[in-house]
Amino acid sequence: MSRFVYLDNAATTKTKPEVVEAMLPYFTEKFGNPSAIYDFAGQSKSGVTTAREQIAAVIGAKASDIYFTAGGSEADNWALKATAEFYGNKGKHIITTAIEHHAILHTADYLEKNGFEVTYLPVDENGIIRLGDLEAAIRPDTILISVMFANNEIGSVQPIKEIGAIAKKHGILFHTDAVQAYAHVPINVDEMNIDMLSASGHKFNGPKGIGFLYIRKGVKIRSFIHGGAQERKRRAGTENVPGIVGMGKAAELAAASMEERIQYETELRDYLVDQVMTRIPFTRVNGHRTHRLPNNANFSFQFIEGESLLIMLDMAGICGSSGSACTSGSLDPSHVLLAIGLPHEIAHGSLRLTLSEETTKDDIDYVVENLVKIVERLRSMSPLYEDYVKKASEKK
Amino acid sequence: MYSEKVMDHFQNPRNVGEIENASGVGTVGNAKCGDIMRMYLDIDENGVIRDCKFKTFGCGAAVATSSMATELVMGKTVQEALQVTNKAVMEALDGLPPVKVHCSLLAEEAIHAALWDYAQKHNMKIEGLKKPVSDISEHEEAEDEEY
Repeated sequence: MSRFVYLDNAATTKTKPEVVEAMLPYFTEKFGNPSAIYDFAGQSKSGVTTAREQIAAVIGAKASDIYFTAGGSEADNWALKATAEFYGNKGKHIITTAIEHHAILHTADYLEKNGFEVTYLPVDENGIIRLGDLEAAIRPDTILISVMFANNEIGSVQPIKEIGAIAKKHGILFHTDAVQAYAHVPINVDEMNIDMLSASGHKFNGPKGIGFLYIRKGVKIRSFIHGGAQERKRRAGTENVPGIVGMGKAAELAAASMEERIQYETELRDYLVDQVMTRIPFTRVNGHRTHRLPNNANFSFQFIEGESLLIMLDMAGICGSSGSACTSGSLDPSHVLLAIGLPHEIAHGSLRLTLSEETTKDDIDYVVENLVKIVERLRSMSPLYEDYVKKASEKK
Repeated sequence: MYSEKVMDHFQNPRNVGEIENASGVGTVGNAKCGDIMRMYLDIDENGVIRDCKFKTFGCGAAVATSSMATELVMGKTVQEALQVTNKAVMEALDGLPPVKVHCSLLAEEAIHAALWDYAQKHNMKIEGLKKPVSDISEHEEAEDEEY
């Protein structure tokens, strides 16, 4: 099978050739340590400065409020743990949601074991929180609200501006994990009252192993990685200069093409959803139909299991992902699919396909053709489908 | 992550289907955990398994272990079929990843459940066969180590 269709762009994206090109000189030519005093190091330093500006511009932030990290997980850990540490004497209560990425959920769990209380807001059937629930969860000792911008599995986009306004009204810090959203949908930290924002380079065609935390001036969280005086003494460690430069370039490119990308990916995604829903019975779309990431499609196919589906797609050269237990290494399917109210057996049969600007209509047609056959084949092997068919014919 | 044999049995599963008026049918596992296996046995008057078919809802390993289990019991006597353990299924498949060992247990359980059904229907007792637990995953969940 020579055909290859990559529809797992929420997992990671291809590093753009222009990005790699921008990075290369920082390995072999401009390799100086930005902290060094000699003129030669100035080239690395200016590479980092430019990237910081490129990255800040995408979200209407000040360059001085961008702090580089080793990725999204570090940024999430930093935001939560350091807020808890600095503001812990003011209060011990944190609000987040049931559908966060594990970088938030497991950090919140860690904080719970260390004397903090965490409220996990439920979501509606489309994977969106209710603002009333948020208002009701706020207590005098609430120090942080952390709500992801867009969900990595089902793509639902939260009402971030409204959440920011509520946080501001109550004088509570607001952090958002924007790993899936940054450079994919418009974000403005001032308009949305975002105090902290996490993002990761490899989710928008930048390199892996680099991310950042935006920290609004005045938010007093301290260093998470201790050591040297890098990042204005807030994040020690010699800067990953090629990574930072690459992420800066990727941010610049992504911002420049955002509008047309959103339009292109939305249209193609909607075509995929329509095709799948028309041609495959007993299928549901997970996540909000419109308030969702432009490139995200998430389906549940009744009576079949996700890992089998992924292996068969892989055999046809198609890369996707699933929220089934077998792909998570536990017996439970995805917490996100359970949070939107799916029964276990339907959550096990989920498939996430995430497009990129390089995906073509031809790719989608190829995927749909294969999907139709694979789902049919797996259903013909499924005892659940057999039971369903028997019950249905008994009714007749 | 899977051996060639597992992939072969997943891609070309042997003996998929149903047997009408089967001598014994067993269904094990549960949809909650993502694995259900149903095994059909056709057993002749001498107690020899003439035909065996399966249907499985589950991952690649679940399909492959069911397929292999049907091959291993085909043509065997009831007593011989009882000796087809999860270990035998795994060995025949050149091994399974540790997280998938429970699939082979489910395959063994499915055979036992079908044999149990056969014994019930024929008012007989099969030496060494215990009533299968329908849901083996209940005591499968291993606690993750916390760091």
